[in-house]
Amino acid sequence: MTETAAAAELREPPRPGAATRGQAQLGRVGDFLLRSILPLLLALVTGAVILWAIDVDPIQYYKDVYSGGVEFAAWQDSLMRVAPLLLIAVGLIVAFRAGIWNLGMDGQFLLAGAVIAGVGSRMEAHLPNTLNLVLLFFVAGAVGAAWTIVPAVLKARYELNEIITTLMMTFIGINLAQILVKGPFQDPTTTTPQTRAFDFTALLPAIPGTDSISRRWPGVHVGLVVAVLAAVAVWFLLGRTSFGLRLQVLGASTRSARHMGLDVSKLIIVAFLLSGMLVGLAAATEILGVKGYQRADWNPAFGLWVVPLVFLARLHAIGVIPYVVLLALASIGGDFAAQNAGLTPRFTLLLVGLTLLFMALTEWVARRAQLGGSYLPGASYRRQRAEGAG
Amino acid sequence: MTTGSPLTPATGGSEQPAVELVRITKEFPGVLANDRISLELRRGEVHCLLGENGAGKSTLMNILSGMVRPDAGQVKLDGRVVEIVSPKHAIGLGIGMVYQHTSLVPQLTVLENLMLGEAEGIRLNAGRARERLRDLGGSLGLDVDPMTTTGTLALGQQQQLEIIKALWRGSKVLILDEPTSMLTPAGVAELEQIVARLKAQGLAVVFITHKLHEAISMGDRVAILSQGRLVGAIEPEELRTATHDELQERIIALMFGGQQAPAAEVVELTDEVEWHAPRRPSDAEPALELVGVTVEPGPGEIGARDVSLEVLKSEIMGIAGVDGNGQRELAEVIAGQRSPASGDIRLFGHSITRLRVAQREKLGLRYVTDDRLHEGTISSLSVAMNIVLKQIGKPPYWERGRIRYAAILAKARELIARFDIRTPGPMTRVGALSGGNIQKVVLARELSFDPKVVVYSKPTYGLDVKTTRSVRQTIREQAQAGVTSIVISTDLDELLDLCDRIAVLSRGSITGVVENGPNAQQRIGELMIGGKAA
Amino acid sequence: MTTVLAASDVFSEQALTALVAGAVLAGVPLMFAALGELVSQRAGVLNIGLEGMMLVGAYAGFVAAYHGGSEWLGFGAGLLAGAGVSLVMVLFCVRWGLDQIVTGIAITLTCEGATALIFDAEFAESRPTLGATDKVAIPGLSDIPVVGGEGESNGSLFTQPLVVYLGLALAVLVAWMLRRTYMGLNIRAAGDAPSALDAAGVSVFATRSWAVLFAGAMAGLGGAFLSIVAAGLFQDTVVGGRGFIAIVLAMLARGRPLWAIIGAMLFGASLSIADWAQVAQIHISTDLVFMLPFLLVLLVLVLFGRRAYLPAALALPYERGSR
Repeated sequence: MTETAAAAELREPPRPGAATRGQAQLGRVGDFLLRSILPLLLALVTGAVILWAIDVDPIQYYKDVYSGGVEFAAWQDSLMRVAPLLLIAVGLIVAFRAGIWNLGMDGQFLLAGAVIAGVGSRMEAHLPNTLNLVLLFFVAGAVGAAWTIVPAVLKARYELNEIITTLMMTFIGINLAQILVKGPFQDPTTTTPQTRAFDFTALLPAIPGTDSISRRWPGVHVGLVVAVLAAVAVWFLLGRTSFGLRLQVLGASTRSARHMGLDVSKLIIVAFLLSGMLVGLAAATEILGVKGYQRADWNPAFGLWVVPLVFLARLHAIGVIPYVVLLALASIGGDFAAQNAGLTPRFTLLLVGLTLLFMALTEWVARRAQLGGSYLPGASYRRQRAEGAG
Repeated sequence: MTTGSPLTPATGGSEQPAVELVRITKEFPGVLANDRISLELRRGEVHCLLGENGAGKSTLMNILSGMVRPDAGQVKLDGRVVEIVSPKHAIGLGIGMVYQHTSLVPQLTVLENLMLGEAEGIRLNAGRARERLRDLGGSLGLDVDPMTTTGTLALGQQQQLEIIKALWRGSKVLILDEPTSMLTPAGVAELEQIVARLKAQGLAVVFITHKLHEAISMGDRVAILSQGRLVGAIEPEELRTATHDELQERIIALMFGGQQAPAAEVVELTDEVEWHAPRRPSDAEPALELVGVTVEPGPGEIGARDVSLEVLKSEIMGIAGVDGNGQRELAEVIAGQRSPASGDIRLFGHSITRLRVAQREKLGLRYVTDDRLHEGTISSLSVAMNIVLKQIGKPPYWERGRIRYAAILAKARELIARFDIRTPGPMTRVGALSGGNIQKVVLARELSFDPKVVVYSKPTYGLDVKTTRSVRQTIREQAQAGVTSIVISTDLDELLDLCDRIAVLSRGSITGVVENGPNAQQRIGELMIGGKAA
Repeated sequence: MTTVLAASDVFSEQALTALVAGAVLAGVPLMFAALGELVSQRAGVLNIGLEGMMLVGAYAGFVAAYHGGSEWLGFGAGLLAGAGVSLVMVLFCVRWGLDQIVTGIAITLTCEGATALIFDAEFAESRPTLGATDKVAIPGLSDIPVVGGEGESNGSLFTQPLVVYLGLALAVLVAWMLRRTYMGLNIRAAGDAPSALDAAGVSVFATRSWAVLFAGAMAGLGGAFLSIVAAGLFQDTVVGGRGFIAIVLAMLARGRPLWAIIGAMLFGASLSIADWAQVAQIHISTDLVFMLPFLLVLLVLVLFGRRAYLPAALALPYERGSR
């Protein structure tokens, strides 16, 4: 049998939930609608109801979101917002596929940002621009990865629950970033606690063809390209390589992974490092492409926003892209709409949380109807606890 | 002290039966577990439910104990029709069940476990409970320390505690589900005495078993189930008067409807085993050696203490012992999933103690785990992927890190045919297969790619007769081909059937190794006790 | 950082009082939340949504106290609000067996968004604050230097709002309940071996539901204390990670409520070092100080975490007939 025919037969790389009896009942399309679209719709509807309850016209609000996110070259801002969100999403996918709850994204993000903001603005004077930028990307990735080492080792060697350790590292990281920004990286020419700003021309170049009208920066920066490439690379890694399968086995059950002869400790650490690295890269796109400096009190907290998207996309690195675009639109447009309506921009956060809740609901419905499949890598992973594994 | 022949009913079953099951029917997806079964349980009588694995005995009793609702049929208690909606309801009606897997909380003390489920006010009444324990324990001839942590009790004692618990709640009907599977021969004798006392107290006792000799020796009345139907019954009169062999023949005849019974299934039910000469050549080298291996126990485990064992090439070595004596720890330390605290493990003379699982795999060491669902396979992956799961990254299934589907599918098809795995296709999720076929997937994976030494842990546990037979046959065939096998099992009959030699594991130590033969069973029983109290 | 440390300054009565007072103030919310989480974990439910429940309690408590003019109204409102949010946990995780971690994250996110939204809608302009709460001084003990607290604006160990003493009493009550009552036995069995509890005829769902509701109520109460007594105002960062610290405290307390109190006070101390430093005139960057509690948690986890007592069936949903 030819390779392509065999691949066609085995279609997807073995994904959790693939080829279940229930999916045959509902069909791939039906399952997609139920799991990946319905929760969103429900959240939007609920959001509309809440808006209406506090005397805000929901139709107008959502219209504003659209215009704030797309019209008048705002779509460029949205696309630029996609870059860090997508990289964080992909970073989470790597971790979640391995069954690792890396909730330290925000700490990794801010630390990486602080370091390259502080270091890079000094280096730009001494190095050619392109080299400087490439180097800084590496540095950001390294810092992000480094900030996962402690939780990674604690989990690999001592089986310490990574939810708590990564959360602690986040809080520590956020404060450490502030210390760095106010301390060694402080811009000496101003009293505002922030790093020295990059020279305008030293930022990431724009994608040819895009042209910003009203902003300081030159069009959609290439960070977006980096993000998309990373998503494709991770998709390939997870779905088509032996490493990806190993991660998937680990995600299904630590016990099974050990039984199959996988080096569980090494896998855990590598998955963590990879995840942290991608989050670091996200910081790089934001600092080097959009902001050019880092303020001490800046914390966009992208991390938790992205979590529901990752699940909606069923941990698929390419499938998550449309969701990220949607979220980027919603957050950029949401700022605008909130301003118009006199609301806090936190409203978008509410929508995100509601989406996750509704996803849990559809999960329950699907389970009741025995439709098979699950958002999580291997529903049997939960049994690990009883068997004493990580 | 004896209480007379266990075959004489204490109070006779002349009055109304305590429990009547009338045409009970229960269907699960794909299988008719109970097909219009009718049964009567009488006070002061031991009623045995006999049948092979999967015959429907447990389902029937789960209906009586409230875990499962029947699709059709009635349950009558003392002549009244009742609908048992939950275990709580069943307990309230006086029906108690002692499960195969204990329903005690290991972290609580004996007294706390007994008080669990009582609802007498807010505060725990420990004093009164202590007194009651003394009384009830005494009536059964047992002495249990109320403050012991339940998890530290031996399995036999835990079972006794469960029986006490059933009496505690005022059970009038007591169901024992395969109670001897966890016990040493000495423990079985103790159980017989306890059952006799329960009878004397006027309980209706149901004894579920798949062993013919147990049914004959323990029961006042025997009901025979096969494939969901009640195929026959032996009345007390017959049990009292006929000989063991006559009864055996009669039961086999009832089970197989008068046709010639397949030999293997007869072996399964009876205790007839054929002795065979050891198949290893007399000058065989040791294939696997454990030298002074000690394993640190984890929570709830016993670990292994200074275990030394030598397994010769091509032989089938059994490891006998009641569950929870260190079998899992031993298997995992051999496979490489655990490191020993001290000692050495040698494969064909070379030390492998420092080698990891994957490296031992490469040298030909295989491990068929007893936990097929959560360790041996990944339920969400397909049959094909599960089969090559220990070959991740290796050619021809992976080349330079990339997956090669054609090779994987081809291999999967080959193994599905060879091991007779019943599956809709190679891409079916393993989780959708039946237990027997999942076991075959595990075997297909472990026994391919050139195995040399295989550790089997409870290989036929929970499987139907046909699959059990084929698995045992596979083990024999492998041995013929020169593969060294270590079979860890709690089923003594299985070990006597398969193995050349049998080592006995008790409290984490090997208490002795016995050559298979006519006296083996007795000597194994002695070795089981000789490390601890039953 | 100028470091002119006079020993007399650092350990002056004023400074130490500030430390103790601050420790109690910061520790009490942690104590409430940890106590609730402890009971929930004992029953087998890992409640990651604690942070969100504290936030909701902080908001509801503040608003009720502000509008109603009484802090007890606030505490009651916080309690109810926290319990209300925990109903989601009860439904999704206990009843329907959905993943406890995902649900917990969802709850926290939604609560953060909802409280920010509603508070902003009402108080964006005004940013109100509450006055200091009345304290009860324990006669005699409150005269002891440093820990007595008589007359201090923040009180100290023996001078605290009544609700604090009630909380301590509650912890003792919970300890007694777990050891010596049927409810406590059920809770422990639900966490260690739910199938055994079911076989004994007790509803695992009911037991776990009560435990989760209790956790939510306690978290809400802790949050209310935060916004009413400790901070005197509400903003979206008022909880700032304390919910997660409480989860760790519950894990480390090994199922014993009294350890939860001690742990909470210790961490409260680390949270209040900023105050102490100010009074002792030590100049330490506040960021460094804010890192300390989390570093401490990490350290404690590494040192003692492996021996943390976690119920065998923690975070595993229970289904009858499953093993």
